[in-house]
Parts: sequence; C-alpha cells; structure tokens
Amino acid sequence: MPDLTAKKKRPLWYNLSPLNLPLPGLVSILHRVSGAMLFLGLIGFLLLLDMSLASESGYAQVGEWVRAPIVKLLVIASIWGLLHHLCAGIRHLFLDIDIGTSLHAARRSAFAVFVVSLLMATSIAVRIW
Amino acid sequence: MVNRIIVGAHYGLKDWLAQRVTALVMIAYTVLFLAVWPRPMSYAAWKALFAHGWMQFATFLLVASVLIHAWIGMRNIWMDYVKHTGLRLALQVATILWLVGCAGWAMQIIWR
Repeated sequence: MPDLTAKKKRPLWYNLSPLNLPLPGLVSILHRVSGAMLFLGLIGFLLLLDMSLASESGYAQVGEWVRAPIVKLLVIASIWGLLHHLCAGIRHLFLDIDIGTSLHAARRSAFAVFVVSLLMATSIAVRIW
Repeated sequence: MVNRIIVGAHYGLKDWLAQRVTALVMIAYTVLFLAVWPRPMSYAAWKALFAHGWMQFATFLLVASVLIHAWIGMRNIWMDYVKHTGLRLALQVATILWLVGCAGWAMQIIWR
C-alpha cells in the first residue's frame, strides 16, 4: 500500500505545556521561575538579615518567626528556589563553555540538577522542620 | 559571530557576560558563607561574622552582583512577556529603582 501520509507537508504543532517539556526544558523554565521567585523574596532575605543583625532581641524575633509553620514553608520554598537556580546556573555555565552540550549529556545533567537540588532542599527541610 | 546587519548597537554580549561573572561571584560567596557560617549559631557569633572587614567586602560584592544579575534576569522576563512598550518600560524602571533601593538598604545593614 503506498504511503499517502508522507507526501504532504503536515503543519507541525509543538505542545509547549510544561508537563510535556523534556527535562532540560523543565530545568530551563524553572530556572526562570525560581529566579523571579528569588527577586520577589529579596525583601524577605533583607528583612531577616536586617533584624537578625540589628539587636539581640531582633535576632530572637527572627528565630521566633522562623519557627512559625507558614514562614518555615516560605523559607523551604526559598531554599529550593535558590538551590534549583544555583544548580541550573552551574549547569548553564558548563554548557556555555561547550561541556555537556550533546542531547544525551544535557538530559543527564538536567536530571542531575533536579536530583541534587531536590535532595538538598529535602534534607534541609527535614532538618529545620 | 553570526552575520547581522551592523546598526552600531551592542548585541547584549556585555549583559550576557555580566550575568555569568556575577553568577561566579555569587557561587564564590556561597562557598565562603558555608565555610564561615557560625557553628553553633548565636547572636554574638552572627554579629561578629558581619563585623569583619573581609566579610563586609565580600557581602558588598554579593549585593552588587545580585543587583546586576537580578536586573538582567528580570529585564529578560519583562522583554519576553510584556509586549506593551509603555508598560514594559514602567516595569523595567520600577525593577531598577527597587533593586538600587534594596542595594542601599543592604549596604546600610552591612555597615551599621
């Protein structure tokens, strides 16, 4: 039977939904999302640093805040964001100097970014909870 | 280099490079911070850490790097998603003002 489908140039449709992205694409968009998160979180970092260094009572106050579950969740989210951004950024620096640019290596390093940042975030989360 | 029509503008190489250099500074600060992080943690130890001249120097470099790094990153986000020129300009200006203000605040925290 002749192959009729191969004759016509079919339009390509790319499903760009994050759920459908290959792993390096997911690392990439999360690099951007975590970066934006860290930008928004900047005021929180500064606030905690300011208070913790201002006085003994400020330091104690920060310690008390950080014990509240909602703040703990925010801190853990920030730590994950920071770790993901850091790991994905280091991967990016290697790609910039042409290390790991093959499809296979890029997928493996993307996987490594997830494994390392999630494992480290989880271990810190367990410790501070 | 890719062949492009010469228009006399720069092509973002400086921003691209600044993003990488500031990233390296922040990685170096992370390593330093983990090495000097007080164990056990106390107010006196925390305060003493940031009283060192070298720590203030390093933290200032971190603040400067975050300022530049976050500006380029946020600018890229605004450029990618905000198509309305006026709105994009407003967001970019707001981002710069916010980051410069935060950097000033950070300097005040470091050299109190």
